[in-house]
Amino acid sequence: MRSSVIIFPGSNCDRDMDVALKKFGFKNQMVWHNDQSIPKSDLIVLPGGFSYGDYLRCGSIASKSKIIKSVIDFANSGGLVLGICNGFQILTETGLLNGILQQNKFLNFICSNVYVKVKDKQNKYFKYLKKDVLELHIAHNEGNYFCSDDELKSLEDNNQIAVTYCGEDGTENEITNPNGAIKNIAGIFNKNKNVLGMMPHPERMIDKYLSGEDGSLFFKNILDNFK
Amino acid sequence: MEVTEAVAIDHGLKKEEFSKICELLKRTPNLTELAIFSAMWNEHCSYKSSRKHLKKMHTKGKQVIQGPGENAGVIDIGDDDAIVFKIESHNHPSFIEPYQGAATGVGGIMRDVFTMGARPIANLNSIHFGSPQHKKTRNLLRGVVKGIGGYGNCIGVPTIAGQTTFDESYNGNILVNAMTIGLVNKNKIFYSKAAGLDKPVIYVGSKTGRDGIHGASMASATFDDKIEEKKPTVQVGDPFTEKLLLEACLELMADNSIIAIQDMGAAGLTSSSVEMASKGNLGIELNLSEVPCREEKMTPYEIMLSESQERMLIVLEKGKEKHAKKIFDKWNLDFAVIGKTTNSKKIELIFDNKKVAEIPIDLLAENAPIYDRPWKKTKLPQKLKFDKDEFKSLKLSDCLKKILSNSNISDKKWIWDQYDHTVMGDTIQKPGGDAGVVRVHGTNKAIAASVDSSALYCFSHPLTGGKQIVCEAYRNLISVGAKPIAITNCLNFGNPEKEKNMGEFVECVEGITEASKYLDFPVVSGNVSFYNETKDKGIKPTPTIGGVGLISDYQQMLTMDFKTEGNLVYVIGKTDGHLDQSIFARELLNEKKGPPPTVNLFNEKNIGETVLDLSRKNLIVSCHDVSLGGILTAVSKMCIKGKKGITINSLKGLTNKYEYFFGEDQARYIIEIPKASLKIVNEILDKYSVHFDELGTVNEQSIEYKNDINLPIEELADAHKYWLKKYMDS
Repeated sequence: MRSSVIIFPGSNCDRDMDVALKKFGFKNQMVWHNDQSIPKSDLIVLPGGFSYGDYLRCGSIASKSKIIKSVIDFANSGGLVLGICNGFQILTETGLLNGILQQNKFLNFICSNVYVKVKDKQNKYFKYLKKDVLELHIAHNEGNYFCSDDELKSLEDNNQIAVTYCGEDGTENEITNPNGAIKNIAGIFNKNKNVLGMMPHPERMIDKYLSGEDGSLFFKNILDNFK
Repeated sequence: MEVTEAVAIDHGLKKEEFSKICELLKRTPNLTELAIFSAMWNEHCSYKSSRKHLKKMHTKGKQVIQGPGENAGVIDIGDDDAIVFKIESHNHPSFIEPYQGAATGVGGIMRDVFTMGARPIANLNSIHFGSPQHKKTRNLLRGVVKGIGGYGNCIGVPTIAGQTTFDESYNGNILVNAMTIGLVNKNKIFYSKAAGLDKPVIYVGSKTGRDGIHGASMASATFDDKIEEKKPTVQVGDPFTEKLLLEACLELMADNSIIAIQDMGAAGLTSSSVEMASKGNLGIELNLSEVPCREEKMTPYEIMLSESQERMLIVLEKGKEKHAKKIFDKWNLDFAVIGKTTNSKKIELIFDNKKVAEIPIDLLAENAPIYDRPWKKTKLPQKLKFDKDEFKSLKLSDCLKKILSNSNISDKKWIWDQYDHTVMGDTIQKPGGDAGVVRVHGTNKAIAASVDSSALYCFSHPLTGGKQIVCEAYRNLISVGAKPIAITNCLNFGNPEKEKNMGEFVECVEGITEASKYLDFPVVSGNVSFYNETKDKGIKPTPTIGGVGLISDYQQMLTMDFKTEGNLVYVIGKTDGHLDQSIFARELLNEKKGPPPTVNLFNEKNIGETVLDLSRKNLIVSCHDVSLGGILTAVSKMCIKGKKGITINSLKGLTNKYEYFFGEDQARYIIEIPKASLKIVNEILDKYSVHFDELGTVNEQSIEYKNDINLPIEELADAHKYWLKKYMDS
């Protein structure tokens, strides 16, 4: 399976993502934001970081970058596009995903392990995944997901909510919500569920010496779905 | 403006220094030249009060590739890998403007490391604030933490460890010390020494603005009531540009275009150009009209003194300009050829086609004043005679809870949750342990690092205090299974023109030197910050030691959390019960006098090597050094982290339980031993002739000691974990 990771100026999880993808058997290539086109890929990843410094709104300038048109075309043709952290913010700015990511409720950057509940398995990212609750890692200042009532209803009706923050046992409430996101939302799909944006970083959880190993399950599962 | 003595004094120069300048130049300098002298001759850049004493430091060792004197120190860690690291202060700016002060402190130290060709792989910091009751403390802490996080998180370098303390002596002068560790191929290290004539001098990075002018002079003076007026001397950080600069520099460094490179830190273009020329024994000519400026009509004076961040000066091989420019264009950074190296041995500045300054380099560097300041020895205070009857009214469990929630002992999660400590995917020990640990990417090796200072001990007796912090750093590294290899230090002191402060400096340096020599733990980089003083009130002497160690197989790393019920717990090293200067004495007896615990370097080394041997043989499963708060505090932290308890034995021949449990004697560790390893552990302890106590056995969930203590771990954890969060929310 071939993947491409887009590097924007200010991306800083690009290498981590490259390491993770290769570890599980993806043939990964790095693509510079000023490139005209993306090499043939089965998966495009927008990594975490602070694209263009995030000085305007997080992800906003990246959503106008040269490469982004190819990403949008790829998504619209049904290709898998995964945005992690800043990548999720960029995807909302492009309009591929609904809603916005506001500053965390308690106004602080949060770097911490969290549990997330997988809400939908009828998609190429989570199909066949045995676990329902994954331990992942967040590191962000603007991860407080918000959308309009209509958008929320539509996300719920179409099962577009991908993962929600929860406790170890799957409980979703205010205490298990680290950043104030509406309905504890940690990640969402587009309507066709080929585009996934989420705040947690699976690429930081890929061996037992790191914060945990549940990120491995996520990547292995995407590969399994392509076999 | 005509340059007079009064103008020179306004620039922070002393009367005698100004006459010396006129004498050396054989004329009166013009304003730009005066500014250059003031920037190079101030304490911050010239080390004029400290140099004499720093020379004595132990800086050599088998693994040392580069000691003090470069942008950072370099250590060989085998297989062509080398580690570049340094700690630096940003105290004065952080007190004036905490967010930007701390942020640019982090930015500055990272530039020092990647200037040498290394990719930063870990950040650490040591931050010190006034009393929690002081009205400024909360906001300063919030601002500093946000600043450190704001910069480090954006660049994408994990912040893996740190230290935070509170003491009223920092009420008017907080300390912000930032440390960066980088990884480099040892055959591709870049230095600041210029070489060759007529080589192009290149300016890259951000544009030059009017921020930070006189920053280095500000850092070389004490504070008074008018500090608000000094806000414009604080630089403004742009971590995004620094990230681009980092990537662009490393890209250019992949080939052989660069002869020398130096970041523009304190005193900006002035000190970077002078240092490169001075080290290469060359001259340098700069055309200031070519310097990319952010603001209009900047004068040569402003351009030379600006401390705008995220800028580098490079001496390039001739003919490589186009190639280099292409890389900086790709990263959207300014690139300008602003001068060349010459054989004049002078710095010559051109502006608007006119020569605006001309100074022989040696007058700025070698001929800068060096002072042998008078200093006073601190006598070892008399050991206190505690009234042990008074202890009897204190319940051990209450004492423990009080100590665990002390501002200097309590958990600092509120802080490090705001630092990205997992980016780069190699952090295998997060903040909150004895040391942070990151893997050397793609290898089995890992680097452990910690920062420490013990201002109370250093204030009581600087010589002992100096030794103690080096030992503390040594122990922290051993506690995570790392072999200590080298240190960097940040020497924060008050006004060196006062004999007492100067004495504290001299004796702390002496202590550091003695310990680092004995432990073969050389100092490879560092910085000195004097004049941490407001309205005549100085800080307690606070030398900060950043220790770096190597774990050759990261699977052997140790953590402090208790692992398995039934395992045995030993205290390694002898406990005499030294309560003077302890947290117990301070917190429960309100007693602040007495000497710090004695440091026995033989024991430190022998016991350290014993513990390292046990960990290399995989015989112990957790380890923690005993420091502030003594045995009971240390063991409680191991319980809280492991969510386990301990049943403490009735200890034979115990003279006083308070002294035993809370004494702060040095050279001690607590280790957890699986029963199967016990016999061989005992044999090894015997072989090294190391004293040990069989402290107890790991249990499910509470600390138990005879009828004195029976505390569920959850209750202890509450006391320990929430002090800071509650304080910040209140």
